[in-house]
Amino acid sequence: MTPVYAIIAKELRSYFVSPIFYAVGAVFLLIFGILSYVFVVNAGNQAIRLMQIQGAAAQLNLNDLVLRPTFSFTAVFLMLLLPILTMRTFAEERKLRTFELLMTSPVGINEIVVAKFLSVYLTFLGLLALTGIVPLILSLFSSFDWNPVFTGYLGLALLGALFIATGVLASALTENQIVAAFLSFGLLILVWLLGGLGNVLGDTPIGNTIGYLSFIEHFDRLTRGLVDTKDLVYYLSSMVLMLFLAHRVVESQRWK
Amino acid sequence: MIEVQNVTKRYGDHTAIERVTFSVDKGEVLAFLGPNGAGKTTTMRILTCFMPANEGVARVAGYDCFEQPLEVKRRIGYLPETPPLYHELTVQEYLTFVGRLKGLSAENFRSGLDRVVERLSLGEVRHRLIGNLSRGYQQRVGLAQALLHNPPVLILDEPTAGLDPKQIIEMRELIKSLAGSHTVILSTHILPEATAVCQRVVIINAGRIVAVDRPDRLSARLRRSEKISVTVKAPPAGLAERFRALPGVQSVFEPTDTGAFLLECELGRDLRDEIARFVVENGWGLLELKTISMTLEDVFLRLTQHEEGMVGEGAEVSTPSKEQTRR
Repeated sequence: MTPVYAIIAKELRSYFVSPIFYAVGAVFLLIFGILSYVFVVNAGNQAIRLMQIQGAAAQLNLNDLVLRPTFSFTAVFLMLLLPILTMRTFAEERKLRTFELLMTSPVGINEIVVAKFLSVYLTFLGLLALTGIVPLILSLFSSFDWNPVFTGYLGLALLGALFIATGVLASALTENQIVAAFLSFGLLILVWLLGGLGNVLGDTPIGNTIGYLSFIEHFDRLTRGLVDTKDLVYYLSSMVLMLFLAHRVVESQRWK
Repeated sequence: MIEVQNVTKRYGDHTAIERVTFSVDKGEVLAFLGPNGAGKTTTMRILTCFMPANEGVARVAGYDCFEQPLEVKRRIGYLPETPPLYHELTVQEYLTFVGRLKGLSAENFRSGLDRVVERLSLGEVRHRLIGNLSRGYQQRVGLAQALLHNPPVLILDEPTAGLDPKQIIEMRELIKSLAGSHTVILSTHILPEATAVCQRVVIINAGRIVAVDRPDRLSARLRRSEKISVTVKAPPAGLAERFRALPGVQSVFEPTDTGAFLLECELGRDLRDEIARFVVENGWGLLELKTISMTLEDVFLRLTQHEEGMVGEGAEVSTPSKEQTRR
């Protein structure tokens, strides 16, 4: 029974009695559902138009018309949603003074940070798994390539890991949950916009570097079904960096 | 068991504690006494490895708080000023979490849980949400958390704050029962508490230790004169004058004319015998005769408020190192 496991179990227990978790979960699933519904209806309309022109049943690529845009929109939406899940991780412990219990127990700060991260991440993966019902239902009525769906989910899982690590860092910085949420919104949207800035600067070394820093480009490749080591390295290294910074922040606050 | 040497902690420009030195023996109960903001919590946080000190060495059970924090944390039970409770958990769930956090094995946890539930009478609330419990129960759950892994050292930050009088007495009894088997440091700004439960008192003010001693010796040391209260059944007129004429009596105070007198005598001379004989031989009828020792309250106020007047005795008192060598 390691301390990491103990903290994760306790955090999950707290999530399941917290209204925040249910609100976030319901909104996430609702929006994922509406997004995919909108794209399916759009695809249907296009199919009817094509039939009218060509006079025969048209072959539509559901991967391109429905699943990819759903994943892309979900990615943006996660930027707004995951900070709500992560904002309490450290801020609340500080506010309620329960942090003293964690810090005076025989547990390392790295274990606390990892446990906090994993508990939110497991919650997120659970929610993400529930959205699997959309492609499942879709597969009953049509056929599409499953592989880009899997890589799309891999992309969302990696993106979520990065967002949650960023949120944990923001939560470690402050005692106020609202401030923590806003800090992570800000950080994530800033990094997201770097993609656009990279495009503006074009194919120069600086432009490419800035473009590389944004997570959107790496995510797009995954939704298209392309698994590149470069992108995996990007996500894992930036996630580790965020968790490392969170560790440093928690450690440095002991000295103040 | 606990050794603190020249520990200094600064928050920015503000010095919270300065060159604090004291030690606690195994099985001893030591009270940390001081007004709010004197540095009690800071000292405790350094001992529990919650925060490091800027200077100095703190050791618990031979382990350095800075070098080997995990070893220290394993041996300490800590009850912070605000009990660290998760209100959405039940008592049982909370203690299970704490047990895992402290790395207890399954058997140790089960025996520990039974022990603290019984000792703190938490049986009836075991399956209730902590958020719904009264303040007294919450404090007890907080203490259960500190006792769960049966640590040799207990650090309790204001354990009786916010409790009702009956609960305060229960809490004191509990702490007393821990003495001997556990080394306990508790902080308080309530003086009778320190006298009631502790073998030694550390008085701290504005980040500095001003005195370390047994409660009774502290008051004896700070006394400047022996005070004796005498009640006489049939005092003749001018008795106060005749008392003053006795050798060794410095002044006599007669608050009312009911026959009660307060005599201030020379330090180090016990005049009770002479006064008793004096009253009885004259046949006035001795109703009461007692020495009045300074209460800890007086000592405390004197040490923390009138430091400038303390130079004489204070010079000796405020050097804890001397205190230690003497012990």
